[in-house]
Amino acid sequence: MSAIMSEILNDETKKVLIEPLVDNNPITLQVLGICSALAVTSQMSTSLIMALALTMVTACSSAAISAIRNHIPGSIRIIVQMTIIASLVIVVDQILKAFAYEVSKQLSVFVGLIITNCIVMGRAEGYAMKNPPLASFMDGIGNGLGYSLILITVSFIRESLGSGKLLGIEVFKLTKDGGWYDPNGLMLLPPSAFFIIGLIIWGVRQWKPKQAETADFKIMSIAHGEGGHH
Amino acid sequence: MEAYISLFIKAVFIENLALSFFLGMCTFIAVSKKISTAMGLGIAVMMVQIITVPANNFIYHALLKEDALSWMGITGVDLSFLALLSCIGVIAALVQILEMILDKFFPALYHALGIFLPLITVNCAILAGSLFMIERDYNLPESVVYGVGSGFGWALAITVMAGVREKLKYSDIPAGLQGLGITFITAGLMSLGFMAFSGIQL
Repeated sequence: MSAIMSEILNDETKKVLIEPLVDNNPITLQVLGICSALAVTSQMSTSLIMALALTMVTACSSAAISAIRNHIPGSIRIIVQMTIIASLVIVVDQILKAFAYEVSKQLSVFVGLIITNCIVMGRAEGYAMKNPPLASFMDGIGNGLGYSLILITVSFIRESLGSGKLLGIEVFKLTKDGGWYDPNGLMLLPPSAFFIIGLIIWGVRQWKPKQAETADFKIMSIAHGEGGHH
Repeated sequence: MEAYISLFIKAVFIENLALSFFLGMCTFIAVSKKISTAMGLGIAVMMVQIITVPANNFIYHALLKEDALSWMGITGVDLSFLALLSCIGVIAALVQILEMILDKFFPALYHALGIFLPLITVNCAILAGSLFMIERDYNLPESVVYGVGSGFGWALAITVMAGVREKLKYSDIPAGLQGLGITFITAGLMSLGFMAFSGIQL
């Protein structure tokens, strides 16, 4: 038992858990799994459920794939991974339909789309195929949390500014109910999700300049006293 | 006929997969640096969409739907929970077959599409097309039109995006916003443009 505990708490585990949060975030740096990050974030409740579902699927699929990694022939590994992921997503979908029917209606096809969410596939291919099950499980949780962090931030901004509510509970009193806050309708529309994620990426890269991309073309600086034409 | 035309227009503009449902975003952002590659990918997506949406429609209605097996004398069976697994399986298999057919009979097109074809299996726009078809209960001819329309809409969006990005690389952008950040904001502005269609009732 203590051996398992010490393995859970070692440095590698800490690294795979913490690193995806900001330093190697699946959405802002690796550009994976953006579709659902944008589509389900107009309300906090749907994005919380979505974040939870994706974290569970990523962790379980990584653990399962890693457990059989030495028995999967290279040529059909994508199909094997797909089947495992799809089965897990069906389980999640059925659970949501049974216990949270309203939310599952709102999420509509996006639960099914976890199958093609690049984070799940990317972690299976990039980490679970080379590492033992427990570490892969932790890696799945870590990346799921990185994804959840962005999802919850975006939905926090969109729901509070767009409808003055958080998790359906009123935080800003709207003008139509005699309050002071005039809701910004744009926040509930698709484009706002693009803007918010774009701005988050800007913020993160300003904070961690290492993540910034270099420009293809730079404006030339004209130094004084150089260059001939006058 | 009119119903099919309005379904097509709706799938291309009003419910554009890329810009109003954010589907296939990973490839949309990653492969939109050059117009020519973006167009190649767009055409590939359209082709796969035209084949997979009707194929999944047929399988769903003949095998998986509640009481769909009654033609075999089996009643009271509802396999619709298997739809996710069957959709992704059909897509993976059809992409593979399409790749082999193109390689054999249209080598020029095959080389033009290159790496994009296998990548399409994991493009969420394709799976979403099939899942929307199931959710909205389209019949076979409707699913053909929806497949064409949604594929075309996606291709249009990525080509336009690539056009904007080709110009964008000459502009002076703050360091942190370079690349991914400005691409998102551009996509947001395009999406805002497509919102203009949303008032149209067909």
